Amino acid sequence: MTEPVMTATALERHYDVSGGFLRKARTLKAVAGLDFELYPGKTLAVVGESGCGKSTLARMVTMIEEPTAGHLILDGQEMTPDTWASRRDAVQIVFQDPYGSLNPRQRIGTILEEPLKINRKEMSKADRQKKARDMLALVGLRPEHYDRYPHMFSGGQRQRIAIARALMLDPKVLVLDEPVSALDLSIQSSVLNLLVDLQERLQLAYLFISHDLSVVRHVADELIVMYLGRAVEKGSRDAVFNAPYHPYAKALLSATPKAVPGGEKDRIKLKGELPSPLSIPDGCPFAPRCWKAQDKCRAERPMLPDQPHAAACFFPENGGEPA
Amino acid sequence: MDDALSSEAAMVNDRPGRLREFWFYFRENRGAMIGLAIFAVFTFLALFGPWVAPHDATAQFRDATLQPPVWQDGGTWTHILGTDPLGRDMLSRLIVGARFSFFVGVFVVCIAATGGIIIGLIAGFSPKWLDSIIMRIMDIVLAFPSLLLALVLVAILGPSLTNAMIAIAIVLQPHYVRLTRASVMSERQKDYVTSARVAGAGTMRLMFVTVLPNCLAPIIVQAALSFSTAILDAAALGFLGMGAQPPTPEWGTMLAEAREFILRAWWVVTFPGIAILVTVLAINLMGDGLRDALDPKLKRS
Repeated sequence: MTEPVMTATALERHYDVSGGFLRKARTLKAVAGLDFELYPGKTLAVVGESGCGKSTLARMVTMIEEPTAGHLILDGQEMTPDTWASRRDAVQIVFQDPYGSLNPRQRIGTILEEPLKINRKEMSKADRQKKARDMLALVGLRPEHYDRYPHMFSGGQRQRIAIARALMLDPKVLVLDEPVSALDLSIQSSVLNLLVDLQERLQLAYLFISHDLSVVRHVADELIVMYLGRAVEKGSRDAVFNAPYHPYAKALLSATPKAVPGGEKDRIKLKGELPSPLSIPDGCPFAPRCWKAQDKCRAERPMLPDQPHAAACFFPENGGEPA
Repeated sequence: MDDALSSEAAMVNDRPGRLREFWFYFRENRGAMIGLAIFAVFTFLALFGPWVAPHDATAQFRDATLQPPVWQDGGTWTHILGTDPLGRDMLSRLIVGARFSFFVGVFVVCIAATGGIIIGLIAGFSPKWLDSIIMRIMDIVLAFPSLLLALVLVAILGPSLTNAMIAIAIVLQPHYVRLTRASVMSERQKDYVTSARVAGAGTMRLMFVTVLPNCLAPIIVQAALSFSTAILDAAALGFLGMGAQPPTPEWGTMLAEAREFILRAWWVVTFPGIAILVTVLAINLMGDGLRDALDPKLKRS
């Protein structure tokens, strides 16, 4: 197998939350120990419900926030705030909302050329313009769009522009933070196809963050299911989709809408609310909502076994190996 | 799948220059055009007033004191808008006075806006403690009645037009700081700022290239409004004897000098008042048009 382009080990990010007047400040563990590897030309999908730390993960990988603990290794070198400036060109991001991610005051050309202006100071103006125009063509827009403002484009077109900007520096890793969830269904597929196409052509490693499992099924190679800042299950797409081990993953998959009307409905309804990330239960974080929870689950935290397809659960479904 | 993209792309191929585009949108606003016309006359008079005026602004015609305007009994064509108690020609004084009002406006807006925008940007981008310190200082300045604070400042610095302008600039500054900071705070949350950071933009670039242009619309309107506020405040200070000193033909000072003749000779107070009113109104109209034309979101695509 090829070398991973990015490796994360025991990645953590904590926030201090002030408890208000006369109360002790508390620590919110947005991401509490995460391991993953990104390979060129492959997509790692991270799924989970709101508040499970997906976006915090994106902010750490794109060097906006420093991990509280753990290591993030890019191309064999650890990423630290001192070296951020020189490594910005290797990791870029595409955001969820294409209406907020483009500067409304700048023309498309200026938006596309900004990363070059900052990171490739020796590049001439003509070269920059040529590259921007080429990139527009690559993402399926026309050269005339170079002089337009973002508000003249539809959501799908804007997302293409955002992708073009992210690719201007020839990154190795592209973080896609719910790139299609703000688009309507017909546009979603065309943007997804563009992403798949670009990945093949440029051998990009994708970190695909999403809560939409049908989209994930379409693009992912590997899959991580996150719950309250931790990975509860990881594995290849087919393995996880066909036989999820962790009860949470199973419940999540059962909630995917199916295209067969009147088909069998085996949707698992979870009881209770997502616990506050400020007071995560001692044992398995999922225990309060799990239908299989036993005393052991409430007392002890299951760890993720080091296997290709694994779940952090003592009593896994579908014949998985217990933690 | 790209057919939809290309069909509308064919419409505009080469874009007009930035200035022409601005002019195109500005021209559609009739109020703004009227404002601009009046402002142009005002600017012309400010630049060339002494050469345009029929008489010297300080010359006293002793045989024609308090002469009414030409359309009233006793008015003459020599003094179209009449004369003041010392026999000085009203029209000439108003024309020459435009220069002072214009100068006050430009000077005050430049100082207050530059300072306010920079402080506001710093406050918006700085850690919470520095932000709090800056904003509390601005709150203190705002807590004073503005004219009173200007009066105190002028009293400390000494009464003159320059000191009055500095005082007014200081009094107006907090409005810019608050406005800038508020827009910066809301813009900073947006994804395009984050993506500029991911692209490696430094704080200076984020402040002035990425964020500031998106905060300009309210600031431009505020600048236009405070241009007129500055003229009004300078007139008020002049009226209270703390601004321009006689015999300077400043509009506020003219009002002050003519106070005791209000009942006998209406023209000595009415004309400076109308001059202030028309100028302020024109500038406000122009400011609105400026905002509409500068905001790309309001343009037709």
